[in-house]
Amino acid sequence: MQTTEERQRNPWLAKLHIDGPLFLGLIALAIVSLFVIYSAGGQDIGLVHRQAIRMGVSFAVLFVVAQIAPQTWRIYAVPFYIVGIILLVLVLFFGEMGKGAQRWLNIGVTRIQPSEILKLAVPILLAWYCARAQIPIRFWHVLAGLILAMIPTMLIAQQPDLGTAILVASSGLFVLFLAGMSWRLVTFGGALAAASLPLFWFFFLREYQRQRILTFLNPETDPLGSGYHIIQSKIAIGSGGLEGKGWLQGTQSQLEFLPERHTDFIFSVFAEEFGFFGVAGLLILYGFVIFRGMLISMRAQSNFARLLGGSITLTFFIYVLVNIGMVSGLLPVVGVPLPLISYGGTSMVTMMAGFGILMAIATHRRLVISQSG
Amino acid sequence: MNRKRVPIRNHQAEAALFSRRAIVSIGIVFVVFAILLVNLYSLQVTSYAEFQTRSNSNRITVLPVAPNRGLIYDRNGVLLADNIPVYSLEISPLEVRNLTDTLDRLHQLLNLSDDVIADFNTRLRQHRRFPNITFVDELSEQQVALFATHQHHFPGVTIEGRLQRFYPHRDLFTHALGYVGRINQQDVQRLRDQERYANYAATRTIGKLGVERKYEMDLHGVVGYQTVEVNNRGRVVRTLDFSPPEPGTDIHLELDIGMQKVARDQLQNRRGAIVVLDANTGGVLALYSNPSYDPNLFVSGISTVDYRNLLNNPANPLINRATQGRYPPASTIKPHLGLLALHEGIITAETRIWDPGYFTLEGVSRRFRDWRPHGHGWVTVTKAIAESCNVFYYDVANQLGIDRMATFMGEFGFGQRTGIDILEENTAIMPDRGWKRARFNEPWYAGETLSVGIGQSFWTVTPLQLAYSTAILATRGERHTPRLLRATGDRHDPIYVEPYGLPPLKDVATKHWDTIHKGMEEVITSRQGTAWTAFRGATYTAAGKTGTAQVVRIEDDTIERPDIQDVEERFRDNATYIGYAPADKPEIVVALAIENVGGGGRNAAPVARAIMDYYFADPQQRQLKLLEIQQRRTHADD
Repeated sequence: MQTTEERQRNPWLAKLHIDGPLFLGLIALAIVSLFVIYSAGGQDIGLVHRQAIRMGVSFAVLFVVAQIAPQTWRIYAVPFYIVGIILLVLVLFFGEMGKGAQRWLNIGVTRIQPSEILKLAVPILLAWYCARAQIPIRFWHVLAGLILAMIPTMLIAQQPDLGTAILVASSGLFVLFLAGMSWRLVTFGGALAAASLPLFWFFFLREYQRQRILTFLNPETDPLGSGYHIIQSKIAIGSGGLEGKGWLQGTQSQLEFLPERHTDFIFSVFAEEFGFFGVAGLLILYGFVIFRGMLISMRAQSNFARLLGGSITLTFFIYVLVNIGMVSGLLPVVGVPLPLISYGGTSMVTMMAGFGILMAIATHRRLVISQSG
Repeated sequence: MNRKRVPIRNHQAEAALFSRRAIVSIGIVFVVFAILLVNLYSLQVTSYAEFQTRSNSNRITVLPVAPNRGLIYDRNGVLLADNIPVYSLEISPLEVRNLTDTLDRLHQLLNLSDDVIADFNTRLRQHRRFPNITFVDELSEQQVALFATHQHHFPGVTIEGRLQRFYPHRDLFTHALGYVGRINQQDVQRLRDQERYANYAATRTIGKLGVERKYEMDLHGVVGYQTVEVNNRGRVVRTLDFSPPEPGTDIHLELDIGMQKVARDQLQNRRGAIVVLDANTGGVLALYSNPSYDPNLFVSGISTVDYRNLLNNPANPLINRATQGRYPPASTIKPHLGLLALHEGIITAETRIWDPGYFTLEGVSRRFRDWRPHGHGWVTVTKAIAESCNVFYYDVANQLGIDRMATFMGEFGFGQRTGIDILEENTAIMPDRGWKRARFNEPWYAGETLSVGIGQSFWTVTPLQLAYSTAILATRGERHTPRLLRATGDRHDPIYVEPYGLPPLKDVATKHWDTIHKGMEEVITSRQGTAWTAFRGATYTAAGKTGTAQVVRIEDDTIERPDIQDVEERFRDNATYIGYAPADKPEIVVALAIENVGGGGRNAAPVARAIMDYYFADPQQRQLKLLEIQQRRTHADD
């Protein structure tokens, strides 16, 4: 079976360590992104240029990462994580402000966002940790894994950057789930999380975050204040109808009623201009990428690769869920971009590095015949 | 330890476990995507109509468009009220980055007065939701040019043009035309009550006075609407639909600018008013009150200083003396009373009364004096009118009594509004027993009847009432309501207004009218007539009556009448005059009153003469004069 697969593969792509279907899915999303950004940015071609350059950089990162054998990351799992945590602590004290949060760290040459490192460092560490142990993992492993995931999550939530914190936490939880933590624990953990929500509300959420959640529960109470974003977004999506108003024809976006329309709320622009048909198509595209990612992970030859690939793929899914859920009024407003479509570079680079790892998992098979954990 | 206890790991089983978990995950992803899609379906398909409506109400705004106000012309087609473009400076606060700084820089650049910024901030608080707020209402040409060159430094600040009322002849027509001014709270309330407020959605001004106020409904027009797409800051992106406003109707007045100018030139710096009527239609050919003021001051809001100056001016320019000034009519009502006496049979045309220079009333010690110390000798009613004999009228009034006089004078419009088509009109006072009881709670005294007989006592009239009553005399009882409006509509095809008024006075015999007309003609034709000098050499026939109203009563007949030069100005007599011409077939009627100048024969009659001269002048000469007026205006504009 393995050999048949090898034969069917395009040898050229295999040499480049690229998984064709996954790559096609990413390229398709990138093209959609450029078109929507052109419309959402008020037809500013400069914006499209800049995004295209970012995409180029991100794809370059993908290529580079794809060349690295996935097992290599195991060696760096611990140092990578520790460096990440140190940087996060540094950010708390020396970080620079951006968008009302302390996220950036100036390291002389450039500014980095340590939380981005953790998006990969956490799943790598936990995948390494769980793969060392026996699958299914035991309670103590789950507990240790949870603690390892929660340390950076808390640090990031302190910045405050709730969106990234959620993504980092999920990437860790996915590893634990895929590593076979018992269903009883899953249920118990879920119940515990639900029970601790009030605690979370009173001790961890900042005032503006609480406000956002209140607004999410009833946006019409403050239609011009904090409810404005979500109301205008729902109007944009709803008025798109079945077929949409047409590219560049969305009045909510073109007339600037929609806030943050080329970043966090770009989905609303897309939904307004391309309607339900377009939205369904986009979700199918995302679904395809996720499915392909899971398939690659299932075919991987080591537990480490499986867990890491699965976590990366499912975290990508969380991006989609949180963003679309937020702009369509199902979830509170949390600053998470629509993956590969929203304007902006930092998180895209991380994400593409993740997909690079998936590419590597898909293509570095022959080298992974190791039996040891 | 761990490794020793489980030396061999079952990789197959581990892979299988992962695959099961991965498949569960894919299942969860599928379910979550389904939930997202169902929610999107409910937004985009189930609730489509609702969100479509909300999206449209977001972006579509209906903007009212003000109609152009109707123009006002005189009877010659000379423009009296024009609409000219003015430019205002508008700020859209949402598009200005630093408002305080922008205001400061504009203030400096355009050299604005200090209260402009404070006023703007007040408006800003009141109209927070408006996309545009006016910063400077009227920019001078220089300011427009200055701003235009620096516009790029002021994002969110724009110049907007609009049409605004302009009165090119400034103070010449103020009391007839009135003016428009900013719509204030009372106007809004009134418009709301009349359910006309929607029509003023884009209108800044409304007729406040005179013709502008009276014919507001015609002049205003109908508001138009522009359906526009706006962005989130309220800025118009494009027009979707436009239903143009309907401009107001043009109005043509009976006023003649030439005659109006003669009236002003005649009065110069004397306080008073002149009314000229078309005897046969009631059309107002001239209505001038002196001093006047520039109505343009009020159009975009008069400054406090200007307004205080007008209010505190001792000559009271704000008062329309022609329709609101209350003057004792003095001898100008002798023709009317003579007619009553003839009509009542108290006298005939031949009745002679001896005038020794005074009249005594039984039981009253005081002597009622004539203005001529030694009297007029034997006097008939025509002579009494021509020479303005008081004693004759003391006698007549004594026999008529106040009741009959008050009733009959009421028929001539005294003590009532004439109904001229401006709202600023006073009834003045036609005194009678009831009035005096109500006013002073006193009975009527016989001596007061005598005073009324010579147009004094409590009797007051407006110059317009005098003119109206004179037109009734001239036309033998025709009663046309004085009327400024001549026609409405297009200049080349106007719709003329039919004369209207009360039914004519029918029951006075023709011979009585003849007698009175003869008396009024003799005022001018008789060497003894009080206006003989004033009308010497006129190329037309005319009839009239002078009046000299005492402002203070000189009680004691032993005192010689003081020479007017020695009297403080405000105690000097008012001069009045009524007249019509031509005598046999009256066309125009003139009435006027001039304050504190002395006798009517010397001071008022020449003014009427000048107006009639203008009226009867060669049409070519009148045309020349009109042309000259037009030209002077063009030069003034340069």
